[in-house]
Amino acid sequence: MKPWNNKAWFFVLPVLLLVAFSAIIPLMTVVNYSVQDSFGNNEFYWVGLEWFQEVLASERFHNSLMRNLLFSGIILLIEIPLGIAVALAMPRRGWGVSVCLVLMALPLLIPWNVVGTIWQVFARVDIGLLGHTLASMGIDYNYTQDTIDAWITLIVMDVWHWTSLVVLLCYSGLVSIPDAYYQAARIDGASRWAVFRYIQLPKMRRVLVIAVLLRFMDSFMIYTEPFVVTGGGPGNATTFLSIDLVQMAIGQFDLGPAAAMSLVYFLIILLISWVFYTVMTQQDNESVTDTRPGGVQ
Amino acid sequence: MAKITLNNIAHSYDGGSSYALKAMSLDWHDGGAYALLGPSGCGKTTLLNIISGLLQPSEGQLLFDDVDVSGLPTEQRNIAQVFQFPVLYDTMTVAENLAFPLRNRRGADKLSAAEIDTRVQQAIAMLGLEALAGRKARGLSADDKQKISLGRGLVRTDVNAILFDEPLTVIDPHLKWQLRTQLKQIHRQFGHTMIYVTHDQTEALTFADKVVVMLAGEVVQVGTPQQLFDTPQHTFVGKFIGSPGMNVLPCELAGNQAVIDGHHIALPREYPVLTGVPELGIRPEFVRLVESHEGMPVQIVAVEDVGRHRIVRAQLNSHPLDIVLPEHQPVPSAPGVRFEMNRINIYQNSQLVGRGS
Repeated sequence: MKPWNNKAWFFVLPVLLLVAFSAIIPLMTVVNYSVQDSFGNNEFYWVGLEWFQEVLASERFHNSLMRNLLFSGIILLIEIPLGIAVALAMPRRGWGVSVCLVLMALPLLIPWNVVGTIWQVFARVDIGLLGHTLASMGIDYNYTQDTIDAWITLIVMDVWHWTSLVVLLCYSGLVSIPDAYYQAARIDGASRWAVFRYIQLPKMRRVLVIAVLLRFMDSFMIYTEPFVVTGGGPGNATTFLSIDLVQMAIGQFDLGPAAAMSLVYFLIILLISWVFYTVMTQQDNESVTDTRPGGVQ
Repeated sequence: MAKITLNNIAHSYDGGSSYALKAMSLDWHDGGAYALLGPSGCGKTTLLNIISGLLQPSEGQLLFDDVDVSGLPTEQRNIAQVFQFPVLYDTMTVAENLAFPLRNRRGADKLSAAEIDTRVQQAIAMLGLEALAGRKARGLSADDKQKISLGRGLVRTDVNAILFDEPLTVIDPHLKWQLRTQLKQIHRQFGHTMIYVTHDQTEALTFADKVVVMLAGEVVQVGTPQQLFDTPQHTFVGKFIGSPGMNVLPCELAGNQAVIDGHHIALPREYPVLTGVPELGIRPEFVRLVESHEGMPVQIVAVEDVGRHRIVRAQLNSHPLDIVLPEHQPVPSAPGVRFEMNRINIYQNSQLVGRGS
């Protein structure tokens, strides 16, 4: 056991305070709202878990949740493989590297509401380059009226916006592989697929965990872009949890249910992220326990 | 297994303004155990990568059994190569790692599962990896990892050659001897053509039947360990091989005598007047420490006791001179040196022109 070093607290304290004010205290306020009811006038009544029961039982919540899960699922299924493919195709040396990196970073540098606005205009049937072109080609496309079109627009926008992140993460994993691995693979006569399966993919696994977690969390919390592009419509077709939550909290001023919903929302993200993390890092742990019998010690 | 011929092979990394490997022609005989010895950056690894096809030489041809393979990719050359640092497929078990190069074979060379298994078991037994066979390669010690890398070369019993690129760098010293002995045994048993790159002379001299010494992209001498010791063709070889290396002293030649700072040293034969800078080479083992009146007086700078003998660092006028002194021989109070006449080599512009005996 190391002796306690009381001086260390001085170094940790500022961070603790910062986290307390920026995260813990707001979170606790939400917890506070979620178990009370208010009729204005700053008067609050204890209602216990009533709001939680209401939220969990409500069809509106279920629908938003399902839309969110579907959206995140589609996003991950497209962006992760696409990101890996683009990263593999990127040059490893020469002037092409910086060109590719800058191009890849561009979408990430654009503020989210601007991305939404760009696509909102881009996809408009009357003046948008994409929407108008599609319409003039005779394709019946209108994201403000058709559910499928709205979804396709949002997914394509998200892929355009965020695949670069996956690409950059995978690329960083790829360039960290020493040349000797590729040389050994050539000596061993490995096929292109074997090189990917046994060298590149294992070496990319750690960054892929990060990519999947980030892309899941971000897509599950998506708000700005659909708010700007579709506003949750047509109907409720693209009303994700965050949009639903804002409507409830600010539109209807139902603070209690909104607070309960935020907490449930938060716990779902936490739970799913934990599941992803555990599943994807399981192999690491396996090999750690593997080394014990007959190992060094 | 095959004879490997380098035909005017040269390589430049910068399009011809400087050569990492200067044009060389060399035969590596079928079944020979060769060491490629030289200081870091002398082009050893470049040469190795050219043989395995990881690198395309800028000039020249490479022949396996007199067939030009210069244009063939690595996969088709059937060469095994072991790298300086262990390269393993982390997600596979040790046995799968060893089987990998065999499983990759297609077409006529394809092996049956039973055959692969037999060979893998052989390799595992050869390297004493039985306890690890079923384990994932990730998380093993560097020693074990490198053994497995060696194993991936050794499972391929029908390769044209096995190339080793300083394979024992990461291995613990006590294990180094053991592995080197094992490699030697494997060589005797299977008769592969083996090329072993190293900058460690002990490794080179114990492993190889023939040592190829390289300096600055050139082969300066090819010979048995004995030849490298007795008759270094180049002063670099003399200095690089041996511990300490050969003493090289600038001298003048007068008939059958060499003159160093006014001291006359008898030579076994006469030399014509040489153009260029003449030098005298004598190994520390053949310098006798005597009383100063019996030889050339020297100043002793330091005496290092290395156990079996002592190394005397001395100064002959302005020239440093190393002497190997047998264990029980005392250091004279007024020391001098004498060279064994038959062991004196004469160099001109660093090249050997006359050997002692």
